[in-house]
Amino acid sequence: MDRTDVVVVRTGTANLASVLAGLERIGARARLSEDAADVDRAAKLVLPGVGTLAAAMAQLRANGLDRALRRRVEQGRPTLAICLGLQMLCEASDESPGERGLGIIPGRATRFSNGAGSGLRVPQLGWNGISARSGCRLLQDGHAYFANSYRLAEPPPGWRVALADYGGPFVAAVERGPVLACQFHPELSGSFGMGLLRRWFEAGVDGGGASC
Amino acid sequence: MLTTRIIPCLDVRDGRVVKGVRFQGLRDAGSPDELAAAYEGQGADELCLLDVSATAEGRAASLETIARVRRQLALPLTVGGGVRRADDAAALLEAGADKVGVNTAAVERPALLDELAARFGCQCTVVSVDACLDDGGYQVVTHAGRERTGIDAVSWAREAEQRGAGEVLLTSWDRDGTRDGYDLALIAAVAEQVRVPIVASGGAAGAGHMAAAIEAGASAVLAASIFHDGQTTVAQLKQSLALEGVEVRP
Repeated sequence: MDRTDVVVVRTGTANLASVLAGLERIGARARLSEDAADVDRAAKLVLPGVGTLAAAMAQLRANGLDRALRRRVEQGRPTLAICLGLQMLCEASDESPGERGLGIIPGRATRFSNGAGSGLRVPQLGWNGISARSGCRLLQDGHAYFANSYRLAEPPPGWRVALADYGGPFVAAVERGPVLACQFHPELSGSFGMGLLRRWFEAGVDGGGASC
Repeated sequence: MLTTRIIPCLDVRDGRVVKGVRFQGLRDAGSPDELAAAYEGQGADELCLLDVSATAEGRAASLETIARVRRQLALPLTVGGGVRRADDAAALLEAGADKVGVNTAAVERPALLDELAARFGCQCTVVSVDACLDDGGYQVVTHAGRERTGIDAVSWAREAEQRGAGEVLLTSWDRDGTRDGYDLALIAAVAEQVRVPIVASGGAAGAGHMAAAIEAGASAVLAASIFHDGQTTVAQLKQSLALEGVEVRP
C-alpha cells in the first residue's frame, strides 16, 4: 500500500532536497515523481521549480504533466506551487518570451525593474515582509524568503492574494481553496514557512477551512 | 521591504567546522549540523557552507555534511567548494543546497558561470570573489588565498554578473578572521559596478561593522568567527542593527 501523503513533481533541477526536508519536518510522507498518473492520483501535490520557465515547461510537456496539472488545479485539488511553480501556473513570463505557462492563473510574470537610480538589486534574494489580504485562509502576515527576478505585478482575479513590496507591490502568493502558489520559498522560510506548509497540508481534500 | 540578511558561515573541512585567519591556521569550531541548528534558532536568515579543503585538495564538497545540515535547516543554504562543472553543482543541490558558489574554477574557466546560470538560474548561481588589496586596487586571489591572479576584483565581479551570477559573495582576504571590520572600500567599489546583491564577508566583529557594510552597498553580511566563538549571537546583532536603523527580520 502506498503510504505517500504528498507527491513532489520532479521538475528538472529544483532544490528538491529542501522541499522534501520541509515536508518531512511537518510530518508528511513525500516522494518524488515525474509520472502523469501520480499527478492525477496524488492526494496532495507540490510543484517546485527553479530555473527558467521555458526549460521547466518543456520538461512538464515531455512527461505529459501539463494536462494532468491543469486538470487537478481546475478541480481544486490540494496543490502547492513554489517560486517558478507559481509562474508556471500563469499565462506567460517575460523571462521566456513566446513560451506559454499553464494559464490557470491569469497574468504574465514581468521582471523587477531596476532602472538606473532605483537602487534595486535583481534577483531579489532575501526575506521580505508579506501581507495577506482579507479572505486568505492559508496565507498570513510575516516574513518569507524570496529568490526571484520575475513576479506577477497585479493580483489575479479569482484568487486570494498576499502582497509584498520590492520597488513596488507584487504578488507574494495566491490561494484558492486548497490550491496555494507562492512566489517565495515556504520550505526555506523558517517557522513562518513551516506553519504555512502545515496549514496547506492539513487543509484537507474538500478544500475546507484551514485552522488559522 | 526586503530585510538585511545575516549569514553565519560554516567553513567545513573533513566534516568539521574550522576557522582560521586569512584562510590559514585552521582550528576546530564544532559540528556543522549542530551549529546550523543553533544559528537557525538564533534567527539567522541564511547559512553558507564552504568546503575550505575542496579546492586545495581537488575534492568535492562533502555531500553527506550538506545532507545532514539540510535535515536540520529550514533556511536557505549556499554551498561552495570544489565546484568545477554544472554536474558538481547538481550534486550539491540534490544533497540540500539552494544556491551554489563558485570561486577558483570560475576564475580559471569563466564559462562555468554561464553554464550554471543556464541550467539552474541566476538566483542559484553565486560567484565567490576573494580579493586582496593591491597597489590601491584589489586583485583576485584563488586556491584558498594561496595564489594571486593579477585579475582586478571589481572587473571580475562585473564580468561574473554579466555571465549570469545572481549574487556576489565578496570576501576581503586581508580582513578574513581579523575582526578589523569589513573592507568598506572594496564593497563600495563592487556595489557601484554590479546590480546583483552583494554579501559582505571578512573581518566582522560586531553590528557596527555590519551596518557600515550595508551603508557601503552590501545586501547581506556574513560572519564566522564571532558566532563560532560565542562572542555574539545573531539575535544580539539584529537588536543592535535595528537600533542603527538597519531593517532586519524580527
